[in-house]
Amino acid sequence: MGMFEAILLTVFAAATPLLLAAIGELVTERSGVLNLGVEGMMIMGAVAGFAFAQITGNPYLGALGGMVAGALFSLLFAFLAITLVTNQVATGLALTILGLGLSGLWGEAFIGVPGVKLTPIVIPLLSDIPLIGRLFFAQDILFYVSIALVFAVSWFLFKTKAGLILRSVGDSHGSAHALGINVARVRYLAVMFGGACAGLGGAHLSLVYTTQWIENMTAGRGWIALALVVFASWRPLRILLGAYLFGAITILQLHIQALNLSDLEFLPAPIYGLMSVLKSIPSQFLSSLPYLATIVVLVLISRNRRLTLINTPAMLGQGFVPDR
Amino acid sequence: MKKMLGIIAAFAIALSASPALSASHTMEKVKACFIYVGPIGDFGYSYQHDQGRLHLEEALGDKVETAYLESVPEGADAERAIERFARSGCNIIFTTSFGYMDATNKVAGKFPDVKFEHATGYKREHPNVSTYNSKFYEGRYIQGQIAAKMSKVGVAGYIASFPIPEVVMGINSFVLGAQSVNPDFKLKVVWANTWIDPGKEADAAKALIDQGADIITQHTDSTAPMQVATERGIKAFGQASDMIRFGPQTQLTAVVDDWGPYYVKRVSALLDGTWEQVDVWGGMKEGHVVMAPYTNMPDDVKALAEETEAKIKSGAFDPFTGPVKKQDGSDWLAEGEVADPGVLLGMNFYVAGVDDQLPQ
Repeated sequence: MGMFEAILLTVFAAATPLLLAAIGELVTERSGVLNLGVEGMMIMGAVAGFAFAQITGNPYLGALGGMVAGALFSLLFAFLAITLVTNQVATGLALTILGLGLSGLWGEAFIGVPGVKLTPIVIPLLSDIPLIGRLFFAQDILFYVSIALVFAVSWFLFKTKAGLILRSVGDSHGSAHALGINVARVRYLAVMFGGACAGLGGAHLSLVYTTQWIENMTAGRGWIALALVVFASWRPLRILLGAYLFGAITILQLHIQALNLSDLEFLPAPIYGLMSVLKSIPSQFLSSLPYLATIVVLVLISRNRRLTLINTPAMLGQGFVPDR
Repeated sequence: MKKMLGIIAAFAIALSASPALSASHTMEKVKACFIYVGPIGDFGYSYQHDQGRLHLEEALGDKVETAYLESVPEGADAERAIERFARSGCNIIFTTSFGYMDATNKVAGKFPDVKFEHATGYKREHPNVSTYNSKFYEGRYIQGQIAAKMSKVGVAGYIASFPIPEVVMGINSFVLGAQSVNPDFKLKVVWANTWIDPGKEADAAKALIDQGADIITQHTDSTAPMQVATERGIKAFGQASDMIRFGPQTQLTAVVDDWGPYYVKRVSALLDGTWEQVDVWGGMKEGHVVMAPYTNMPDDVKALAEETEAKIKSGAFDPFTGPVKKQDGSDWLAEGEVADPGVLLGMNFYVAGVDDQLPQ
């Protein structure tokens, strides 16, 4: 296995949980609901995924458990934000805090237990193709699901009637209601889909990424997923790009740090010079790169007002109370 | 009137004498409170402090009541947490992470009757603040020697947390140990800029292994790097506690922090009324630092490790003994000179042989 392939493999692993959580949140936001509880739903998925895998001994049931836990947990948000029309920002933040606390409580029994790993599914023949074989055809099921979800969501949103209904609810819940669409039902489903995806992303962390359960193990990945949705300006395929870009930045900064300049002296002077410049960047700065990238993209896309308005769900974050 | 003045004077004398009395008074029961930076289930640093707390409860029985707060971020939250403890009747508060230093001293100024014990720091701005630390670097020297013996390629990977003296000292000691065995030994350092984030620690371990390191050591708190090393079939060192459960075929040894005896000593001192401000820096000799069993290595490597351990324990040897040069080539320690503890506790430079740029 070459170094390049090894790096890409870790980039893929780093991107998958972000991709899963972000694609779910995209659907939620497209229905006009801003759920800031992604981090909370992810961590619930992580603890439930680990617990189910541990109890049943089957990591697939674990992943399923994580998905269900995320969806159930998001129901709490849906009830508050959609039925009771509470402030979505505050409710979402509360969901994150509650999730971090609850998962710590419920996960106590699983601390320090070596977990059950979700092993890769190796597709015969295809996985033997040099370079791309191992990358695309010898991965765990959650990787395949994450990629498939992006295309499925893209198709659903823009090519099906149900997707059109979902988008119309997100763009003008008043009009959708007048047309006889059950706004609350659409939003409940969208929120639960987001929860299920976030839960699955969390389960990836505790079943694939690091096979263990530790409190707060999501470590802010839910927030990156939220940023990714804005980064992608609510377009599914751009989420794919964004998640892999984030994953790459996360991994490459570690590789730059691990390089020893004295091993690179054989390189031509310009490349060596570039590497030594990269090496001299403080690691604290490198660690913050994914977040800086989000800010830069936000600035760039907000410069084009029309483009932003086209893609942003107009009702994002606004509760809907039918007047009749 | 004169009589009145006399009474007042007597009162004043009594009042002024009372602090002297209270300073030596004994206590029936002590409430000892602990603040941890990570979850007690990290099976690393915070876990070991909590083991110390449990040891304290066991040793002193009903004379002590304990309480703890886990996963308290370093910063503004820490000050609130410490102050909450101080208000809730804690007699002694152990703040167990470097980043609590300023918060601890600030709260200590407001509560002169509460004792504060800050781990791994150096600021004692009030008479009721003590600092305590362990010479983990002693263990890291032994790890370095083992790494140099065990590595096939002569390259180890080091996952570091934050560029604070504690961590820099560990890296330096590891390199000095390794180069005492193999002068060409190389170390790759990755700064994770976190104490605990299993995903990032695992990524760092993978990056280091992908770049050729075949021994992994860490100064972050989760067991994730140990698991990665196991998956990749290489050897690794546990951090802060014995992590052998996570890598039965992987762990070579671990530097184990044993805080229990210190906690018992300090709370007993408070019970006896003999508590005084101290600055304790204990190592293997004092029992603060213990090596986990030497596993997964040939007998000659084990013998070398045990020999060095015995020398350090007896006080005959300190890892920071000259001649040692700084990374920039300037002289630091002359032949036979032992580093001054003050310099070590403020260490912000690498020794010669570390192939990394220290983040400032």
